[in-house]
Amino acid sequence: MEHIASMFVQAVFTQNLALSLFLGMCTFLAVSKKVETALGLGIAVIVVQGITIPLNNLIMTYILKEGALSWTGIASLAQLDLSFLSFITFIGVIAASVQILEMTLDRFFPPLYNALGIFLPLITVNCAIMGGSLFMEQRDYNFADSCLYGFFSGIGWALAILLFAGIREKLEYSHSPKGLRGLGIAFMTAGLLAMAFMTFSGM
Amino acid sequence: MNPTMKKTFIEPFMQNNPVAVQILGICSALAVTTNLRTALTMCLAVTFVTTFSNIGVSIIRKIIPGSIRMIVEMTIIATLVILVDQLIKAFSYNLSKELSVFVGLIITNCIVMGRAEAFAIKNNVLESSLDGLGNGIGYSIVLLTVAFFRELFGFGTLFGFTILKTVNNGGWYVPNGLLVLSPGAFFLIGFFIWLVKIRYKELME
Repeated sequence: MEHIASMFVQAVFTQNLALSLFLGMCTFLAVSKKVETALGLGIAVIVVQGITIPLNNLIMTYILKEGALSWTGIASLAQLDLSFLSFITFIGVIAASVQILEMTLDRFFPPLYNALGIFLPLITVNCAIMGGSLFMEQRDYNFADSCLYGFFSGIGWALAILLFAGIREKLEYSHSPKGLRGLGIAFMTAGLLAMAFMTFSGM
Repeated sequence: MNPTMKKTFIEPFMQNNPVAVQILGICSALAVTTNLRTALTMCLAVTFVTTFSNIGVSIIRKIIPGSIRMIVEMTIIATLVILVDQLIKAFSYNLSKELSVFVGLIITNCIVMGRAEAFAIKNNVLESSLDGLGNGIGYSIVLLTVAFFRELFGFGTLFGFTILKTVNNGGWYVPNGLLVLSPGAFFLIGFFIWLVKIRYKELME
């Protein structure tokens, strides 16, 4: 239980994908002008993270890692180390699962599909998703941990973009210096938000 | 070099800077800039990948069916990134540990994909290579500027050499810890964008 709690705090707050590791920043800035759209994207990220990270974990353990193919019982395969292929495999898995998810939602949950709209395909090139899988590989998570990590890191990202969008909506009406309007002030806000998230690191 | 080609090459340096104006490739720009050494490595890697992915996409642009072009572009980019990653691992293993996942993330770096999609897919090889190189350099300008300030004021060093002697080593300078942490990066890029917008008034919103 303690393990799960510490993982939760780490993935959601101290190592927040968006605000402390800077992942998925492009979408974070581009799709945070309205709270509603930010919420849609946030949910999409949670779902995709929760699916792709465990999936990539399975592929890593049973196909790519050094000696991972030993379950086939073929001696020449057992010594193979395919981990250099991890980048291209991960991105392939992500693109494919986003595509499948899109088709499934379209067929069985049309309202949700309409709500997510353009965000689902966009997620393929969101580095938070790829980054999550790469961190999973780097930190050597087992299957259970990677399920948790995928889910929690998605929540962290969604929380960050939701808060950020709320602040930005209000900022529309403020009088910031001319050159700073739009993107400039968005960066400053993100900086302040990152400071707030960092305070959890003492826990 | 004719004027249009020159424009393609020069514009991304400032006026159409990928990070500050096009909002592309921000993730890595923020993450690897705590010191100049990692920033420079990242700049070289990204410039290499954008240039060659633009060339690659441009060469086969006429035979890629429109419906699968994303996957094709992705494959070209991923191959180049694997190449870069293996090179860094082979020649400088410590550096590759420091950069951690961010070399792999060049694949999803929107500059590379963005330029392939916006430029290379409809232009000839020479122009595409210039565009890739120009955007790579534009990206590097931002990264090196941000890394310069973060390293100088955060650690008192440049490329690892002491410039401002810190209090811990018996000097006078009290390092500014905020710049090393993530908010510092956000603030610096915010200021950079501000400066670019003051210089090029037409970009103001």
